[in-house]
Amino acid sequence: MIHWNSFSDFLAMGGYGLYVWGSFGLNALIMIVEPIVVARNRKTTIARLKRQLRAEDRAETRNTAE
Amino acid sequence: MFKIISAVIGRDLKLAMRRQADIVSAVFFFIIVVSLFPLGIGPEPDLLRKLAPGVLWVAALLATMLSLPRLFADDHRDGTLEQLALAPHPLGLVVTGKVIAHWLVSGLPLALIAPVLGLQFDLSTDALVVLTGAILLGTPALSGIGAIGAALTLGLRGGGVLLSLLVLPLYIPVLIFGAGAVDATVSGLGGEGHLSLLAALTFASLGFAPWASAAALKIALE
Amino acid sequence: MKDRFNLYRFASPATFYPLAGKLIPWFVALSVVFGLAGLYLGMLVAPTDFQQGEGYRIIFIHVPASWMSMFIYLVMAGWAAIGLAFNTRLSGMMAQALAPTGALMAFLSLWTGALWGKPMWGAWWVWDARLTSELILLFLYIGYMALTAAIDDQRRADKAGGLLLLVGVVNVPIIYFSVKWWNTLHQGSSVNLTKSSMAETMLWGMLLMALCFWMYSIAVALMRVRTIMLERERHTDWVRAELGANSSGAAK
Repeated sequence: MIHWNSFSDFLAMGGYGLYVWGSFGLNALIMIVEPIVVARNRKTTIARLKRQLRAEDRAETRNTAE
Repeated sequence: MFKIISAVIGRDLKLAMRRQADIVSAVFFFIIVVSLFPLGIGPEPDLLRKLAPGVLWVAALLATMLSLPRLFADDHRDGTLEQLALAPHPLGLVVTGKVIAHWLVSGLPLALIAPVLGLQFDLSTDALVVLTGAILLGTPALSGIGAIGAALTLGLRGGGVLLSLLVLPLYIPVLIFGAGAVDATVSGLGGEGHLSLLAALTFASLGFAPWASAAALKIALE
Repeated sequence: MKDRFNLYRFASPATFYPLAGKLIPWFVALSVVFGLAGLYLGMLVAPTDFQQGEGYRIIFIHVPASWMSMFIYLVMAGWAAIGLAFNTRLSGMMAQALAPTGALMAFLSLWTGALWGKPMWGAWWVWDARLTSELILLFLYIGYMALTAAIDDQRRADKAGGLLLLVGVVNVPIIYFSVKWWNTLHQGSSVNLTKSSMAETMLWGMLLMALCFWMYSIAVALMRVRTIMLERERHTDWVRAELGANSSGAAK
């Protein structure tokens, strides 16, 4: 059922290799990088929020202690 | 209803007359941008005739953008806008009046000066008439759609650039039909079809845009 | 009445946040499965197109990306309408979470369109009606993101962005029609990619890829909306509990 005779045929894409792989390459790049960026963003946001919450809690306990 | 609109128009025109320099500089901006193109492209009459509709229209879009940030900003600063929003009559009518006033001081002068600039591009008399008509018909839509953008960006930092980012893509149909009308006349096809579509766009945006702007203003004032 | 109550419950961030967290792995898995199946059919099994040779295989991502870019804009406008009508907090967050993915899809559609146009039309960019509309759609996405980013007050950002989306969605058909009109006046009809009769395997490959893109977009949007929720609801008890729970284990 496989349409291609050899792997190099598959890479060449009948002479359209640059265009086809250029499209699929960017697609793959976007679909890998976007989730990574989102995940990293999430991590930094969580870290920052935790820091803020801790600072707020500290300020609160100090206020109640006084 | 018409009383409210005409009262707002009268007030805005009176305010605009105190700042005539703004109106004049927008018109000169239009003239200068249009005159730059032949210098960049070269003086061949055939080429210029072909480019004229697009150049004039793009310059008209940009010149309209110049005065949009101030459409609501002055009223916002001195608190008039909040009073108008609280007044019993609908804010949409007030915005309609402001849009018409904006067109009278920004769109109308462009339409009047456009035929003179068209001469620089060697347009025929027919084409000049259609050009003036198209700008007269199309610029109210620009003021209307622009009012939505002005209301959305009211009081934001970098509002002017943001405003053009929001509004210019929405101006594309007006640009296409406006320039297309002149283009069709130059190539002898007749611009009536384009002009009627342009009129439809203007009526639709004058009916729809003031209410959208009023909603945006209420959001901004909350 | 009970249904309505449930609907509001799901629309509240405190319930939606854990739900989204549970759903994300499923959407990722579905996306991978559909993607692998689509790539297998499209890249390995589908025969050569008699008109365009192997170059046509770009449609397996060009068409899904274009569909998604338009569909995401519609979904955002739908959320905007819900948000403006019922004043729900979730809708603004969803619209903001979807926007970057939609813009990327529009960009991908333009990029693949250019790479497909070069061998077929002989030029990287042709002012074809559909490509031009896609470009304008990208501008609309950028305008939305710029507006919401410029407004500090989140409630105002949601509402103003929502209004812009509704204005945009009303304008999209008008823009498309005018661009099409402009295009037919200025140049003859262009080569049409989807017009040529497609083999059944090609069609299936494309549908599977479209499903893959769809699931991917949902997964990324849910990931993003979870971060937005934490950020915006940071003063509520549930976020406090969520962050406290996370601090014991590794932050996910």
